[in-house]
Amino acid sequence: MKILIKNGRMIDPANQIDAIQDILVENGIITSVAAAINTDAEEIIDASGLLITPGLVDIHTHLRDPGQEYKEDIVSGTRAAAAGGITSLACMPNTSPVNDSLAITKYIIAKAKEEGSANVFPIACISKGMKGEILAEMGELKEGGCVGFSDDGVPVSKGELMRRAFEYADTFAMPIISHAEDLSLVGTGCMNEGSVATELGLKGIPWVAEDSATAREIMLAEFTGGRLHVCHVSTKGSVDLVRQGKARGVRVSCEATPHHFTLTDETVRGYNTNAKMNPPLRSQEDVDAIHAGLADGTIDAIATDHAPHHYDEKNVEFAAAMNGIIGLESLLPLSLKLVEDGVVNLNQVISLLTDRPARIIGIDRGTLSVGAVADITLIDPQLEWEFTLEGLHSKSKNTPFAGWKMKGAAVRTLLAGKTVFERSL
Amino acid sequence: MPFNPKHILSIKTLTAEEINFILNTADSFKEINTRQIKKVPTLRGKTIVNLFFEASTRTRTSFEIAGKRLSADTVNISASSSSVVKGETLEDTAQNIEAMHPDIIVMRHSASGACDYLAERLNCSVINAGDGTHEHPSQALLDAFTIRQHKGDIKGLTVTIAGDIAHSRVVRSNIYCLNKLGAKVKIAGPRTMLPPGLEKLGCEVHHNLKDAITDADCIMMLRIQRERQGKTLIPSLREYSRFFGLNDNNLQLAKDDAIVLHPGPMNRGVEISSSVADGKQNVILDQVENGVAVRMALLYLVAGGEKLQDS
Repeated sequence: MKILIKNGRMIDPANQIDAIQDILVENGIITSVAAAINTDAEEIIDASGLLITPGLVDIHTHLRDPGQEYKEDIVSGTRAAAAGGITSLACMPNTSPVNDSLAITKYIIAKAKEEGSANVFPIACISKGMKGEILAEMGELKEGGCVGFSDDGVPVSKGELMRRAFEYADTFAMPIISHAEDLSLVGTGCMNEGSVATELGLKGIPWVAEDSATAREIMLAEFTGGRLHVCHVSTKGSVDLVRQGKARGVRVSCEATPHHFTLTDETVRGYNTNAKMNPPLRSQEDVDAIHAGLADGTIDAIATDHAPHHYDEKNVEFAAAMNGIIGLESLLPLSLKLVEDGVVNLNQVISLLTDRPARIIGIDRGTLSVGAVADITLIDPQLEWEFTLEGLHSKSKNTPFAGWKMKGAAVRTLLAGKTVFERSL
Repeated sequence: MPFNPKHILSIKTLTAEEINFILNTADSFKEINTRQIKKVPTLRGKTIVNLFFEASTRTRTSFEIAGKRLSADTVNISASSSSVVKGETLEDTAQNIEAMHPDIIVMRHSASGACDYLAERLNCSVINAGDGTHEHPSQALLDAFTIRQHKGDIKGLTVTIAGDIAHSRVVRSNIYCLNKLGAKVKIAGPRTMLPPGLEKLGCEVHHNLKDAITDADCIMMLRIQRERQGKTLIPSLREYSRFFGLNDNNLQLAKDDAIVLHPGPMNRGVEISSSVADGKQNVILDQVENGVAVRMALLYLVAGGEKLQDS
């Protein structure tokens, strides 16, 4: 089965290509990339005016499968991903039961392969049962196909356990992916500690709850020589700590979510539970620092922390609402907005969405190299559209971006050469 | 040249010549242990106190039998049935015993440095039967003796030691001993069980058992101390045995005539499969047999060695 994509502007940061190129896909593999390819094909796509990028890679998502399928499952989650131009996802283990076993890992991989619309790479727990006491069987989990370890949702509070986690994971050359916060400093906080929280009468989460924990993780990574990836940095301090750590040669990477580079805690006004997540939306100063981190390379990846919740879980008083918002289908337009706003250039943002996250989890994706699997996204960067709840493919609708005028969208997503999403215009 | 050490506290302080002298002396004692009458009068009239603060089957029995076969008077004291349980300090315990004029105190203690502590304070001789996670000199010597027995010269051999390295006194003594005798030592274990600075002691460190075993002449497996399970160093024995246990499969990576050692006690199915433990390459029981001869040599040399033979 041959597919020829012609006249698109190919952006392949891994190979430092930004040029009008034709791409030939045969039996799910990219077999040729050249200025002009003339050959027969079952399908010839005219991609004039479109960007052709590697399928996007989102390394922080919650698919809620197994156990909480009322919020999302592997089928709906990967369908939403495909609609967002995402062809590879890493999913977090805080399912029910949690993914601390080969059985759950294999289930996730098999289900995605049989029924999914994207590649799913499981991240397994650091600790058994996510209880923060005993290490999970990392050797076996790696063999089963996991790409890293995290107790995301909760931090690993015991420093000794995190130290051993770094050492043990490094025995198998695997990264530790950390959701860093000091729970005692968070307490019952439900939004950023600051003037907005004071006005609204909501308990705040101070930036130091995140920064002190981030500092510990970076020091443990430095001490053990292990590899650390910091989830969802939300503060100026976290970005600075990662920057300094990298300068010292620590093996640390980090990610930022679109909501953390687009919104501030002002969005909470009106007690909007779709502005409630952990870590919370912060101040403008923090957003500016994240922009600077994206621009200077300190932040390695944009990842959504796609956290679907049912209407009943968000339609409650603010303090009682669950933390998290969906993100797969707003990832691309919000990331492209960074280019519009002059924060980063197009090549940088595509790299933050493709080859750099792919390298963090060690998967053979995120490039348009000849010989690579044909995970390809066609993007119309000029398309203006409204982000509506009705248009969402996710089972859950917990997003603060409903009604937003967006610019730029995936118009077609190919997974190993097969079209898993085509936008109806 | 006569070698009459006052104490045997560590391998680190012994020279290669001294180690070889001990092993050769052990060689000459070995056949006594298979005689009908397993007795020689060599240490008749000498008093040896075995002071054991930690549980032991092999080492304690071995030292006791060694002493008795040399005709010494041996006394066994285990801490749990002594006044240590009433709060008596180590120093008081030792000095009180010394007041009864033993010639040698053989001690095993859970604190690293405990035997050095005693040697500084007592007039009699002290032999270290294992102090904390520091050293276990007689074990390393009997290991070397066993390797020599099966392989001839230790020089140039590759010896792989795998297991809970961080908490093992056996591995430290062995690294020193094997290096002094010219062997190459490879260490393997999960990173959580590898203490920092190991290479400085003289070995190659691996996180992968297969890499460490490949082409080894000798493989020594160490027990995972189950009590450490709760200490978060490994997720489970199941995972440990899968990735770091010696079995028929990975044993094939070693040389065809490689020998398998273990200081004991073994946890079958964890660090070593029963098949390998009972297989034809294991020399584990030879180690135990040789342990008596090596300890006879140590008692003999400390008690006066060559001088004794004249009287």
